[in-house]
Amino acid sequence: MKYLDEFSDPVLAARILDDIASRVTKPWSIMEICGGQTHTIIRHGIDQLLPGNVTLIHGPGCPVCVTPLEIIDRALIIAARPEVIFCTFGDMARVPGSRTDLLQVKAAGGDVRLVYSPLDAVRLAQQHPDRQVVFFAIGFETTAPANAMTVRLARQLGLSNFSLLVSHVLVPPAMTAILESPSCRVQGFLAAGHVCTVMGTKQYEPLVHRYRVPIVVTGFEPLDVLEGIRRTLFQLEDGRFELENAYPRAVTSEGNAVAQTVINEVFKVCDRQWRGIGLIPQSGWRLSAAYADFDAEERFDVRGVVAQESANCRSGDVLQGAITPPECPAFGQECTPRRPLGAPMVSSEGACAAYYQFRRIDIAAPTRRGSAPVS
Amino acid sequence: MCLGIPGKVEEIWEQDGTRMATVDFGGVRKQVCLAYVPDLALGEYTIVHVGFALTKLDEASALETLELFRSTGLLEQEMGGT
Repeated sequence: MKYLDEFSDPVLAARILDDIASRVTKPWSIMEICGGQTHTIIRHGIDQLLPGNVTLIHGPGCPVCVTPLEIIDRALIIAARPEVIFCTFGDMARVPGSRTDLLQVKAAGGDVRLVYSPLDAVRLAQQHPDRQVVFFAIGFETTAPANAMTVRLARQLGLSNFSLLVSHVLVPPAMTAILESPSCRVQGFLAAGHVCTVMGTKQYEPLVHRYRVPIVVTGFEPLDVLEGIRRTLFQLEDGRFELENAYPRAVTSEGNAVAQTVINEVFKVCDRQWRGIGLIPQSGWRLSAAYADFDAEERFDVRGVVAQESANCRSGDVLQGAITPPECPAFGQECTPRRPLGAPMVSSEGACAAYYQFRRIDIAAPTRRGSAPVS
Repeated sequence: MCLGIPGKVEEIWEQDGTRMATVDFGGVRKQVCLAYVPDLALGEYTIVHVGFALTKLDEASALETLELFRSTGLLEQEMGGT
């Protein structure tokens, strides 16, 4: 398929890798923000093809993984109500809350529907005027346009039986939190290409200058990821810190202006808890005052629900890049995709799931790469 | 979740005042809302996320990037390098 096959060409990948190997002289650590890029990296073994002194640190860019436990518990309470049809993206359905997950609520009789698009939830609200339809609106900036348009549409249609449980998160404040951390090892970032299709690249300019860190907006196919890594490494080797766009076929400086207008109308910036990381100021979106009547947390009075994380799951360390998934004692033992302890083992963008799916045989082997220095 | 999938616009129509399209993802077809990329035309490619087109894929930029990849390392080879 066009735009997929040609950006996966192994001959060109080898050329970029050779180019990287010929230029890298020092050890460098780069973080890929987006879980989609983590999957490309692990699936294609890109981390193992790079020079040994280049380390890729997996970032927190998996929306399912960072959705706080208490929001999931609130979702579970709402979903169990008899009058509710609870709609969620499939990824979210198996993420464990404090005691159960959405699929178990469904098994116990709750009406939980897995939807492809929030528009599907609006259609359900139209078809079931006697039921309360709730959509679990999570995601980064990429998903916000869809969720925002859905609320607008619900208002236009006069739907009083539709609401959103919102837990939106934003990338730039998370990058700031990582850079401000005293244990930060990140020297350059691959920024998430699809977030930038919506918000543009210009959002990252202040971070580049304030922290003197290279940021390269990067796509998702193997050659895209390699090119993002190459440009970041070349900046580091040259002592430069610049904002570069390595995904120009999809991303512009300004982003999608129409989407930004609708987002600003429907959402407002708020402080947000990130699962495994903690509170990051001004790092999320909630419904704006104009759309507060669509807020499921108010409608079902669940704002008071709080929760405690499992002590056995080190997903917080994984999400902050402090450890790789196989360094967690529970990885592949008590925590598997079938019985996950934490969200990163569930999501198609979770780092733990990526390692489990593509690396567990290598990890089980005695000579595992990544934990020992490589010359 | 944030995975945007590239696809080709195969059909465009209006539904309740909103432009919609059928987009082909290498054989799988989905209905997609074009509210955020209203100038998409038949035969063009777009990145789709949870039922919404987010951006038009720019063919010239894609070709330029591929040309950059193809030229990588060739100069060194011609100069008798690696």
